Amino acid sequence: MVAEPLVWAIFLLPLLSFLLISLVIRPLLNRFAAVSGYLLIASLAVSLLLSVIVLLRLAQGADSSYAPHTWIDLGDAAIELGILLDPVTAIMLLVVSGVSLLVQIYSLGYMRGDPSIARYFAYMSLFTASMLGLVLSANIVQLYAFWELVGLSSYLLIGFWHDRPSAAAAAKKAFIVTRIGDVGFLLAIIYLFFHAGEFAAAGLNPLHIPDIWQAAQPLASGGAVLKGTALTLVCLGIFAGAAGKSGQFPLHSWLPDAMEGPTPVSALIHAATMVAAGVFLVARFFPLFQEAREAMMVVALVGGFTAFAAATLGLVMDDIKRVMAYSTISQLGYMMAALGLGAFGPALFHLFTHAFFKALLFLGAGSVNHASGTFNMRYMGGLRTHMPWTYVLLLVGGLSLVGIAPLSGFWSKDEIITAAWLGEGPVDPWVARTALALLVGAALLTAFYTFRMVFLTFHGEFRGGGAQELADAEASGRPQPTAVSSEAHLAESPGVMVAPMLALAVGAMLAGYVANPQWVKSLLGIPAHWFSYFVESAVLYGHRETPPFNWAVAGISTAVALAGILLAYLLYARVRNAGPVPAASAEAGGEDSEASGHGHAHAPPAPQQADPLERGGVVYTLLSRKYFVDELYEGLLVKRVFYRYFAGITDWLDRSLVDGIVDFTGWTTRQFGRLAVQLQTGQVQFYGAVIVLGAVLILVGYIAFGTRLGG
Amino acid sequence: MSPHDIFLISPQLSMAALGLLIILADLVFSRKGLLTWLALVGLALPLAFTLAQLAQISGGLMGSGDQNLVAEAGILHGSLSVDRFGLFFNLLVVVSLALVFLASADYVKSLPRLRGEFFGLMLLSASGMMLLASATELVAIYVALELTTLPLVAIAAFMPNSRSSEAGMKFLIIGAISSALTLYGMALLYGFSGSTTLDGIALALGGPLRDDVSFGSYAVLAAIAVLTVGIAFKLSAIPSQMWVPDVYEGAPIPMVAFLSVASKAVAFALLLRFLYSGFLLFDTDWGMLLAILAAISMTVGNLVAIAQSNIRRLLGYSTIAHAGYILVGVAAVTQGTGSADGGNFATFGPSSVLFYLVAYVAANLTAFFAILAIHSRIGSDLIEEYGGVFRRFPFLAATLALALVALIGVPPTGIFVGKIYLFLAAVKSELAWLALIGAVNSVISAYYYVRIIRVMFMAPESESVAASALGTAAVDAESNRSMASWPTMVALALTAICTVLLGVVFGPVVQVAEAAVTALPGIIPQ
Repeated sequence: MVAEPLVWAIFLLPLLSFLLISLVIRPLLNRFAAVSGYLLIASLAVSLLLSVIVLLRLAQGADSSYAPHTWIDLGDAAIELGILLDPVTAIMLLVVSGVSLLVQIYSLGYMRGDPSIARYFAYMSLFTASMLGLVLSANIVQLYAFWELVGLSSYLLIGFWHDRPSAAAAAKKAFIVTRIGDVGFLLAIIYLFFHAGEFAAAGLNPLHIPDIWQAAQPLASGGAVLKGTALTLVCLGIFAGAAGKSGQFPLHSWLPDAMEGPTPVSALIHAATMVAAGVFLVARFFPLFQEAREAMMVVALVGGFTAFAAATLGLVMDDIKRVMAYSTISQLGYMMAALGLGAFGPALFHLFTHAFFKALLFLGAGSVNHASGTFNMRYMGGLRTHMPWTYVLLLVGGLSLVGIAPLSGFWSKDEIITAAWLGEGPVDPWVARTALALLVGAALLTAFYTFRMVFLTFHGEFRGGGAQELADAEASGRPQPTAVSSEAHLAESPGVMVAPMLALAVGAMLAGYVANPQWVKSLLGIPAHWFSYFVESAVLYGHRETPPFNWAVAGISTAVALAGILLAYLLYARVRNAGPVPAASAEAGGEDSEASGHGHAHAPPAPQQADPLERGGVVYTLLSRKYFVDELYEGLLVKRVFYRYFAGITDWLDRSLVDGIVDFTGWTTRQFGRLAVQLQTGQVQFYGAVIVLGAVLILVGYIAFGTRLGG
Repeated sequence: MSPHDIFLISPQLSMAALGLLIILADLVFSRKGLLTWLALVGLALPLAFTLAQLAQISGGLMGSGDQNLVAEAGILHGSLSVDRFGLFFNLLVVVSLALVFLASADYVKSLPRLRGEFFGLMLLSASGMMLLASATELVAIYVALELTTLPLVAIAAFMPNSRSSEAGMKFLIIGAISSALTLYGMALLYGFSGSTTLDGIALALGGPLRDDVSFGSYAVLAAIAVLTVGIAFKLSAIPSQMWVPDVYEGAPIPMVAFLSVASKAVAFALLLRFLYSGFLLFDTDWGMLLAILAAISMTVGNLVAIAQSNIRRLLGYSTIAHAGYILVGVAAVTQGTGSADGGNFATFGPSSVLFYLVAYVAANLTAFFAILAIHSRIGSDLIEEYGGVFRRFPFLAATLALALVALIGVPPTGIFVGKIYLFLAAVKSELAWLALIGAVNSVISAYYYVRIIRVMFMAPESESVAASALGTAAVDAESNRSMASWPTMVALALTAICTVLLGVVFGPVVQVAEAAVTALPGIIPQ
């Protein structure tokens, strides 16, 4: 058993780094702001080491139950601070501290020279600490507190460049949309709290997570405390919270906008860890979901639908980070669908591998941006020759995402599709078949948009980068795009940025097979199907046999993936290369710029042809407007219903009623104060008289009004 | 008198002895700076004796039951009760005195000739407070009351200015009037019951009483009326509160800090002992009286505080308001025990009082230490002169703001938890209207507390603050040079940390408070 203080230290070290940066470095030593990055990296290195130790000890079967510390005793319920350390927690600790460490190293290069770098690392410390605290929590209220804290740090980091209106708006949107889901989660907690009596009768604490698991088990003596419709509603409440955090339909629209934050933030928070917290939450309460078939069905269908719909949106985005954002939503959909189908191990396996390759893809996008000055793929192209390392690494990440053997993504995605294929979970067969269709369809789309991105970014000829985008915007009178820099310096990113990508690439290549070996008895001391067995030992009840490797499924998914890649090649790689050679029109470009009164003579004008997908007409419009979900939210819900009616009424109430009362109270208070001050004469005789008068009044009052009330 | 008897009053004795020793040392030592440290280190002695006594009580601070170390037939029997309740207050007094000494390490340099007397008199007053928390007999209570007040009266008049003299005079005269009233109440009680011990009085009150008079007899009613008014002087509650702002404004700040927390705390201890030893019978009669006093105290304190321009006067009114809040818990005491469900809430009211007192000690000491440090820099207590304090002295401004926010009762501070606790106690004993008045008052109080914060953080720099930055403030050069004053900063940081900590980790303190009140005879341990 690992000593309890060591487990706490995993979470406390980044917290300490947050306190040191925000309380010591920022106010007192801002000259040494650069130190803050190293401080966080050092604390994360120790956290990672401890996480590895915890994982190894747990894998060896060490006892890992820690008695919780009661914080507030509420009678039947108790809010505690405790550690819930099971295999799921151990894996999450490793993913969070590991990816965070690599991302922070990358940030040293990416954020170099930013004037607010201490604030950046302070937020990052806060986020990592909260995320680690979240996965360690043993009490649902403790978990909820950290849940909101990661939401807060995500808000702060999305709006990190708060002088950009779009960043501020995106931060606000993320905060509000995820809050909608959190209402469901909170309602579930409140339900548990108000039924504390029933839990207490069974000797359970309704806020202690293992006790909640216990309460849903029908095998318990006297039947389950939590069952039937109530259980389904609690599960759906928890799933609402999870859907908000993990960007599941219809609460997905904040995640693409969240790409306004610095790219390392997107890699850590909006790809690898925080968005996976939703999946983690459902996994955490999986013993409840297992007993609620309807809830499982909802999870499976929402997950499958999200996986497919988000992938369709990824097809038409021009912003490289937005492509990846939709890809993240889609992959989270895979995980949710897996959970809904009862495939607990595959879901977490995919979470694990996804953290590597998606963080790698985001860091790669950041590296591309570093060189080209833009995120818009229409202005990239041909970067292959300028940044070979980034190209190869991004290709590895992309192939892993697409699911090409033997890269990590293949193994985990294959397990999920196998689970849908077999349909052995607690849901109806039609649900499994629907999910299977959606997931296989999504696999095709994934391969297509991934390689569309690769070809647009790295192949063909360079199309001018950020400078060209700014010039085009000026020429056409469009508003200046934000987050675009005209300083393109086509070169490989510095080593401090490439090294973490290399480390993630190793994970993206090997983590899939090494953590969960097939066919062999053991690989490097890791037994076959280690990951699945290890993780599934966390689920209290109903252990699932790991299905054998399914050649049919592997064949279908590989064929589908290759088809997608081929399609992307036909549409993008060849068309682009056949386009006009930009160098030939360079002079014309210079003239054009001068003609428009602009001093630039950078690159050719408007080298884009229409995206081949634009010929899709209505479908393209529908996709590029994101199925009009944003319009639905902002136009209908926010502007009409919320703003006009709800806010209008409260505004009136506030003005006439509340303000009136406040003004009146203030006026009366001041009058009384004036009166009382006049009584305070400063004369000691008067003071004495008041005392005696008080005694007399008490006497008289009792004699006049008092009868013996008590006795 | 056996050695055991001496051990039983050793905390009080060692406290008084330390006071006398320091006055003597003042004559001998030439380096007066040592006196501060002698006083601080010397406090370890009463602390050690208190802890030694705690060790003899089963379960220490966390146990339960009314175990009393005073042996049945001993010479002290009946006049003192060395129990968990009294020791709780002993600890509170010793710790707050130590913090005040630490904070005033530099302030006493402005009292060049009276340094020894300052420490000596503070210590003597503290020994009176510790006696008061344990006394269970009328004469002992009276002696303890006087021992608590008189040394502080002398300190109030220490400063060579008219404000200080005025404060001393008013404190003395009003103190004398209240003590005369208290004594008169005690005489009436003795006449009625023929006993001076609280147990004896309770026994006599247990006899046949009239049904048609409040408190069963006019003699007891009169006694209660004058005793309440007398004790209200120490509580700084209505109707004996009028001296408070004058003394707070004129007396030396460290003494005011000590007066505002320790003296008030032991006065509440006395009130609780009275109620639970002798008068539980009259729970509704008492409850109504205390509830009305509570409502008037907090309302008057908060309303008048709004009009103040001097921060020390303002805190004087704030302390009157807080006496009102705490009285809510005392009023809930008497109501709860009489309820039909077997005294289920018996510990709720009194333990809420104890918890609130701890939280109030932390927050109010923070406020006064910050005011002390700001005063020594800008030489003014006027709120308007606080403009720009945040820019020049960010730490002081931040801690003062924290203390003021805590006094409003905003989470996560101890007073927030304390207020919830008090108001819950009131609601549970059917005093919901009182809880409502308390809540409204908390909102009103935010107005004047926040005003100070606004001035410190937003207002343009005042002349005093600017002058202090140039080193030409209206403070004498001697104390200006010692502005570094790390002991004050340490004391300030400690109290500020406690203020926040009590709002987060309140569980153990609540347990200690609940355990302490089980020592009172009227409480049924849960």
